[in-house]
Amino acid sequence: MHDLDRIIRRGRRNDRLFNVLGATLAVVCLTVLGVLVAQLLIAGIPRIDWQFLTSFPSRKAARAGALSAWVGSLLVMLITASTAIPLGIAAGIYLEEYARKNWFTNLIEINIANLAGVPSIIYGLMALGLLVYQFRLGQSILTAGLTLGFLILPVVIVATRESLRAIPQYMREAAYALGATRLQVVRHHLLPYSAGGIATGVIIAMSRAIGETAPLVTIGALTYIAFLPPAPFSPLPAGPDGASPGMYGPFAWIMSPFTVLPIQMFAWVSRPSSPGNDFAPNAAAAGVILIVFTLGLNAAAIFVRQRVRRRVKW
Amino acid sequence: MSQALAAARPMAAARLRPLEKLAEAGLLLAAVFSVCVTAGIVYVLVSEAVPFFAHPDVTVWKFLTDTQWTPLFADKHFGILPLVSGTLMTTAIALLVAMPVGTVIAIWLSEFASPRLRDTLKPVLELLSAVPTVVYGYFAITAVAPAMQRLYPGLPLFNMLSAGLVMGLMIIPYVSSLSEDAMRAVPMLLREGSYGLGANRLTTAVRVVFPAALSGIAASYVLAISRAVGETMIVAIAAGNQPKLTLDPTEGAATITAYIVQVSLGDLPHGSLEYQSIFAAGIALFIMTLGFNVIGAGLRRRYRQAY
Repeated sequence: MHDLDRIIRRGRRNDRLFNVLGATLAVVCLTVLGVLVAQLLIAGIPRIDWQFLTSFPSRKAARAGALSAWVGSLLVMLITASTAIPLGIAAGIYLEEYARKNWFTNLIEINIANLAGVPSIIYGLMALGLLVYQFRLGQSILTAGLTLGFLILPVVIVATRESLRAIPQYMREAAYALGATRLQVVRHHLLPYSAGGIATGVIIAMSRAIGETAPLVTIGALTYIAFLPPAPFSPLPAGPDGASPGMYGPFAWIMSPFTVLPIQMFAWVSRPSSPGNDFAPNAAAAGVILIVFTLGLNAAAIFVRQRVRRRVKW
Repeated sequence: MSQALAAARPMAAARLRPLEKLAEAGLLLAAVFSVCVTAGIVYVLVSEAVPFFAHPDVTVWKFLTDTQWTPLFADKHFGILPLVSGTLMTTAIALLVAMPVGTVIAIWLSEFASPRLRDTLKPVLELLSAVPTVVYGYFAITAVAPAMQRLYPGLPLFNMLSAGLVMGLMIIPYVSSLSEDAMRAVPMLLREGSYGLGANRLTTAVRVVFPAALSGIAASYVLAISRAVGETMIVAIAAGNQPKLTLDPTEGAATITAYIVQVSLGDLPHGSLEYQSIFAAGIALFIMTLGFNVIGAGLRRRYRQAY
């Protein structure tokens, strides 16, 4: 009897110990991340001011800024979003709602699963060989945006499929019974119902793209850009004779060389500092902006997911 | 009324049909596009690496067995082994952190934490892998490496140990979230059977749920390995950039990914041997990660079938 008592008590004690161990590890992980982020904030926030946001990079750490980097990030994200979001949602709809079960659909599905596991730097190599040299798009904002678009395509597809799959079959059947065509079912019912889930996936995908560095280094992003891409309809630089040569087209900026925030941060992190010319605060400041973006987007995704879950009751 | 409807319906259908066909074709095209991306990757890697291996200084045999990788020096050697050893070393360190920590957290989340706590903590823990890797690289050389230097005097600032540790922190969510999914897929029946026999929570978790979910947990490890092998910026910033065949984690070394970054930062002419060498390194990396991904996908399929 006493033995049984002891065994039970030991079991309970082990349960409690493991409970504490698991909770502690989870807290420790988050604390380590918290401490590292706090250090980054302490080192970076004092450096973020108007001058930092409106200056080009410079050899003097105190005069350098992230203007070309954040403008570049924004423009690259614009291209990425406008390729990956429509393509990814369309592919997701096809695979979930249209595709018949055959070897071809199977091939596409296996392919997407494998694409999701390809390291990001491999996308960079692909873009370097294909987009930069074969298609002659150069080391431009367009190339960078497309590269990141390809990279997040599987994420958008998977998110679209999962939120479409969550819609019960009877919603489709009801619409068909009322005479809706397939496209009408998709447009009037499936897309609105799955919008929340798709949005969550898209936000997560964009937050991943905005922090990506390796593929853009590979395609040859520059780390020292002291100009902005030409604004639509801005005047071209005057020729030697001083005559006005006209203006840039509305999309001239997509062929412009670029840099982005993570690459600017990488350049500052790996730059040897000398006394009085320390680039570490600049790196930290760029890191703060990056982390605010990525963690902000992730928080938004969690928020959207919670709201969708609460609202939708099938 | 019904006559008017009957007349209107075929007209509406006829008007809609081309649009329907067009939409389906467009959607199909988008799905096929993802296959083109894969084809593009394979095409570029192979077409750029073939001239590399055709070069008189390089053979596939030397590529796989030479113990030096010095494409940027005058005395050129093209042995991938130093890069592979650097990659595997940093990956091993990362896994030594992420596997035990991630597994314990997964067991705890799945078997001990309340559903509410679990639903809150899981996405928060996933933030660990949402932080951009270049920021992790910054953490590695500004915080972790100096701390390590205090622990081990004489440690160089750029070393595989601190890069691997930081990478381990980053991949914890891959292990914890995927393993937790696998363990939660284990039917309640098994747990109830175990409790019915008088087992406590921990015994049930470790002796019943864990083995039942083993293939899913193994899949999470394999996918974490694949992530670590392909991780670039942390090692490019913090592991040092000298390709060295060494198993000493306190030394600096280069990984496959770090080498590609290092070469890309320089301005190499298109078509040069150095330029082609990054595609050869890329093929090695692609094959390694593809292998891990295929094994991981197979393992996941197994646990999905089991229950």
